[in-house]
Amino acid sequence: MITLNPLRWGKQYKSLEFQDVFHFDTGESIAKIGQVNGGMVQMDMRKADNARKVLREIPTQELVARCKKAAHMFEHETLPVGDSQQTVADFIHQQSASTGLPEHMCRNNMQKNCFVLSNIDKILDALTRGLDLEIFARGYGEEGRNVTVSYQCQTPVLGAVLPNNSPGVHTLWLPAVPLQVGLVLKPGSQEPWTPYRMISAYIEAGIPAEAFCLYPGGHDVGGMIMSKCSRSMIFGSAHTVEQYSGNPRVQAHGPGFSKILIGDDVVDQWEDYLDLMVESVLSNSGRSCINCSGIWASRHTKEIGEALASRMGGIDILPPNDPKAALAAFTNPQMAKGTWGMVQQDLAEQGVVDMTASFGERLIEQERCAYLKPMVVTADSPQRAVAMKEYMFPFVSVVKCPQKEMIKSIGPTLVGTALTADEQWIDELTAATHIDRLNIGPMPTSRLNWLQPHEGNLIDFLFRSRAYQIVPMKIAQPV
Amino acid sequence: MTATTPAWLATDTQIADAKKELDQHTYESVQWHFHESTGCPFWLEKKAELKFDPLKEVNSFDDLKKFPEFEDECLRGGPIERWIPNGLRNKPTYVFETGGTTGIPKSRMVIDDFRIDYENFSHTLPDEYFPKGSNWLMLGPSGPRRLRLAIEHLCQYRGGICFCIDLDPRWVIKLIKKGWMEHLEEYKKHCIDQAITILTANHNIKCMFTTPKLLESLAAGLAEKGTSIQEIGITGIFSGGTEFTPQWTRFCVEELLGGPVEESGVYMTPTYGNTLMGLACSRPVTIDDGYTIAYYAPQPRAVVEVVDFDDHTKIVGHGETGRVKLYTMTKEFFVPGFMERDEGERELPFHKYPWDGVSGVRPYRGFASSTTVGVY
Repeated sequence: MITLNPLRWGKQYKSLEFQDVFHFDTGESIAKIGQVNGGMVQMDMRKADNARKVLREIPTQELVARCKKAAHMFEHETLPVGDSQQTVADFIHQQSASTGLPEHMCRNNMQKNCFVLSNIDKILDALTRGLDLEIFARGYGEEGRNVTVSYQCQTPVLGAVLPNNSPGVHTLWLPAVPLQVGLVLKPGSQEPWTPYRMISAYIEAGIPAEAFCLYPGGHDVGGMIMSKCSRSMIFGSAHTVEQYSGNPRVQAHGPGFSKILIGDDVVDQWEDYLDLMVESVLSNSGRSCINCSGIWASRHTKEIGEALASRMGGIDILPPNDPKAALAAFTNPQMAKGTWGMVQQDLAEQGVVDMTASFGERLIEQERCAYLKPMVVTADSPQRAVAMKEYMFPFVSVVKCPQKEMIKSIGPTLVGTALTADEQWIDELTAATHIDRLNIGPMPTSRLNWLQPHEGNLIDFLFRSRAYQIVPMKIAQPV
Repeated sequence: MTATTPAWLATDTQIADAKKELDQHTYESVQWHFHESTGCPFWLEKKAELKFDPLKEVNSFDDLKKFPEFEDECLRGGPIERWIPNGLRNKPTYVFETGGTTGIPKSRMVIDDFRIDYENFSHTLPDEYFPKGSNWLMLGPSGPRRLRLAIEHLCQYRGGICFCIDLDPRWVIKLIKKGWMEHLEEYKKHCIDQAITILTANHNIKCMFTTPKLLESLAAGLAEKGTSIQEIGITGIFSGGTEFTPQWTRFCVEELLGGPVEESGVYMTPTYGNTLMGLACSRPVTIDDGYTIAYYAPQPRAVVEVVDFDDHTKIVGHGETGRVKLYTMTKEFFVPGFMERDEGERELPFHKYPWDGVSGVRPYRGFASSTTVGVY
C-alpha cells in the first residue's frame, strides 16, 4: 500500500494523521494519505515568495522545456510518488480504484493532462496572444511596435482546492509553473493521484521542489489556502461558485450546464448530429462540467430523445478495466441514491418524460458502490425544472424551445455548441455573456481546444496589465 | 493505543486507594444532594420519580448506574434557583452558560466550584514555566462563560493579574453558519490584534490560556510582526476548549512554540473540560508517547468513563473506542452520568491520576456532522 505524504515546499512531511483511500468495489485500502492542518498552511505561506524566486532563477524557455520533459515522464515513466515508485499502470489502476472511473477514462484524462503540458509553449503563446514569456518573468518588456508593456504578477503561488473525484480538471493549474508561479494544492481525498504524480514529474524534470506544496487535509486546509494565496482556484458546487462570485482572488469552477443548441435551419437534419450528441453526453461518464446536460431545439425533441435513449439507454455496467466500460461508479452509494431522488422529483413534473424508462432500472446499488445508468428525458418547455439540471452521470434533458427564446432561457452555460449557420443567431450567441465557451458548428461540448482560454484566461488571473513608463536616468559621474 | 506496561502506569495500590476515595465521595455527595436540608429543588423533585432510594441504595460509585442518564436539556431555562442546593442558599451565586447561538442557552449555577477546580488545577502546573506572580493573558471566549472567570481566578491564585480580550463565540458560530468566512477572518484578526496589543505593552505576561485555533492565529500574527510566542516572553500555555489531536500538538510544539520545552522554554498543557465537569488534566505530552493526549478527570469531584456506543452502562476495554460519559459530584452540582458529545479511547490509570483516562478525544461520530466545533 502506498503512503502519500504532504509536501511542504518540496519536502515530504510525515504526518501523524492519515486518511485511508479505499477501492470503490472491493473495499480494500489502497493508500494512506498524511494529513496537515490549516495552521501549517498558514505558517508555510509566509515563505511563499521563495517559490516564485526559485522559479524566476530559471529562464522561461528552460522552464517550458522542463515542462515538456515532465509531460513525457508523467505519461510514460515510473516516478517516485509518496513512499513508492509508481508505474503508469499503477497510476491508472489506483485512480480508477478510488474514483470509480473506468481505467480507459483515467488513461484519457492522463493523456489530456500530458497534451496540455507537452504543448505548453503553444498554449502559453495563445493565452498571452504571442507575448514573449520573458515579459512576464521580468514584469515588463517591449511588445514590438515600440510599445512597452507590463504584466505584474499578482501572487507568488497559485492555490487550488482540487475536486474529490474528477481527474479531468488538472489542466487548469498546470501552466502556472512556466509562468514562474508556484503551486499550493489541496488534492481531493479520492483523487490525490494526478497532483501527486504531476508534481513528481515536475520535480524529476528539474523544476525546483521548493516551488510546490501538496496539502491533503480537511476543510480548514482548503479555507486557509483560499485565504492565504492571493490567487486560487476552487472546484465545487453551484453554491461554491456563487460564494466566490466577483472575488478577484478566486477562480471558482462548478457545474457547467453545457448545452447543444440546435438552430431552426438544421433541426430537421438532427439525425446527422446524433453521434456528436452522444459523445457530448457520455464521454468521461458524464462527470465533467463540459459534458452536455441539455439539448435544446424548437421541434423534433421527442424523436431526438428517443434516438438518444436507444443509443444510451441500454449501456450496461462493465468492470472498470474493460476498455468498453462507459459508466463510472459512485464510490459513495448514498450520493447515487440522493441523485436518484432528485431525478425522481424532476420526473414528477408534468411535461417531463423519461425516454429511458423502458430500458430497465437506472439506479443499480452494489455492496460498496452504486451506478446510475444513462438517462434521457424530454421537457416540453424551458420552464420545467429539469431543463436547468446537471448530474454526475450521463443525464441529458432534451428541451423544446423556440429558437428566438433559446438564448434568454438557457441560463449559465460553460460550453455551448450551436448547430446552425444562421448568421444573425450566431451574432446573438456571440454576444450572449452567459455562454462561456462557444462552439459554432458540429463540435462536441466535451472536446476542448486547449489553445483557447477555459473559464477565464490564466494570464489575466495571475497577472495585471498596467502602465510602465521608462525614461532614461542621467547619473552623475563620480568625481 | 497505550503500550501495555508504560513507565507512567499507576500501581495497583494507587488505583485501589483512589477507588476507595471515589466510593466514599460518591456516598457523601448523594447524601448531600438528596437530603431535604441540603439538596437542590431539582434533585429533590427527581428523587420522587426514582425507583430506588438514593440515600439508602447508593453506597459506591458503581451504584450511580442506578440513576437514569442525565439529560442536559433540563439545564435550559429557569428558574436557575432550582439548581441551588438548600445547603448553600444565600451564598453569592454565578450563572455560566454554554451554547446560546440560537435559542435558550444551557445554564449552570456556580458558587465556588470554578475556584476549587482551578485551584486544584493550579497545583498541576510547573512553576518553572508558569511562574508565580507573573501576569496572564486570557485569549479565549468572554461573556457569560465559566472559562473567563476561571482563568482570571487561576491567575490571581498564582499571584498574577489577568488581561482579557473581547471574544463572542456565539457571533463566531453565526458567521460560520452564514458562510461569512471573510467576516470570520476579520473577527479572528480583531481578537488577535487585541492579544498582540496586550502582549507588546510591557505587562510582563508570561502565561496564557488559549484555544488551539487562536494559538495558531496568534503565532501567525506574531510571525507577521517578525516575532514569536517564544520571543514575546510566553513560557506557559494552558490550552483547551476545542479538539486536540496528536498531529496538531506536534505541529504546535515543533512549529509554533519553537520545539520541545527543553529547547524552547515554552510549555503547553492541553486540557479537556466543560461547564458541567470542570477541568481534566493531560498526561505529559511527549514525542515518545506519539504525542498522545490523554486526559484524566479531577476525581473524585468528576469522573470520566469511556462507554460502549450502544450500551452506555458498559465500559469499553483499555485502548478501545467509546463515547465519553461524565459524572460530576461537587457540593454545588450533581450529574450521575451524562453522555458527552465526544468519543475517544479508554486510557490506563496514570500514577499522578490513578484512574482511567481518555485519549484521542474528538466529536462523537453520531453528532460530528451536525455540530459546529472548533469555533474559537
